[in-house]
Amino acid sequence: MITVRYFASLREALGKDTDQFSYDDTLQTVGAVLEYCRAQSSLHAETLASTKPMRAALNQTLAALEARVTDGDEIAFFPPVTGG
Amino acid sequence: MMPLQDFPSSAHIEIHVQAEAFKPGDELDRWCALSAGAGAVASFVGLVRDLNLGDPVSSLHLEHYPGMTEKALHSICEQACSRWLVSSLSVIHRFGDLLPTEPIVMVMASSAHRGDAFAACEFVMDYLKTQAPFWKREQTHSGPRWVEARETDAKAAARWEKQP
Repeated sequence: MITVRYFASLREALGKDTDQFSYDDTLQTVGAVLEYCRAQSSLHAETLASTKPMRAALNQTLAALEARVTDGDEIAFFPPVTGG
Repeated sequence: MMPLQDFPSSAHIEIHVQAEAFKPGDELDRWCALSAGAGAVASFVGLVRDLNLGDPVSSLHLEHYPGMTEKALHSICEQACSRWLVSSLSVIHRFGDLLPTEPIVMVMASSAHRGDAFAACEFVMDYLKTQAPFWKREQTHSGPRWVEARETDAKAAARWEKQP
């Protein structure tokens, strides 16, 4: 099982903060997980469209789309951060 | 000043991610007492804007990613301590609902040298702006809106990239 978390405008647009998926070897990178999320619904596809600026984290550390995902991992997608 | 490279660091790091308001003066007093032997303390305080993009802001909601926020801030502080001679470094950052002009973030760096203390503060703020998972949602007269990341913040962080 992997957990995907959404924050800020993505969470708001999706109307939820979490998706959980069974892990299999088609989900070996953050980018593959993102593609899988986009395929969940038309709302997911629109919200997570590649035209929007987005950042990803893997196990609570900023990660590139190429980062390796394994079973049990927590992936997060969110807009560029605006703290401080 | 030029950053020094990769000190092994045993610096004291404090991270406070909190909903509660804080008083910068009280925090600075506490930090100076804690850093009495250091020689210098530099600090930065960020306040909630009352005007953004020309619109009055009536309140601000700050969302964050519990767990990752603390981890990211700690990592940023560790990087600062490995680059400058800093004996202790603290970040206080609020989340939740804030009002205009309230303190939202405070960084305090203690060092034997003011240059290192100033540089560490500035580095932590620049990296925090682009790497710590906080998102601002402003309430304005035309409704709520998510604040968008600014290119100038990315540029400010990029200038700290180490020279090859």
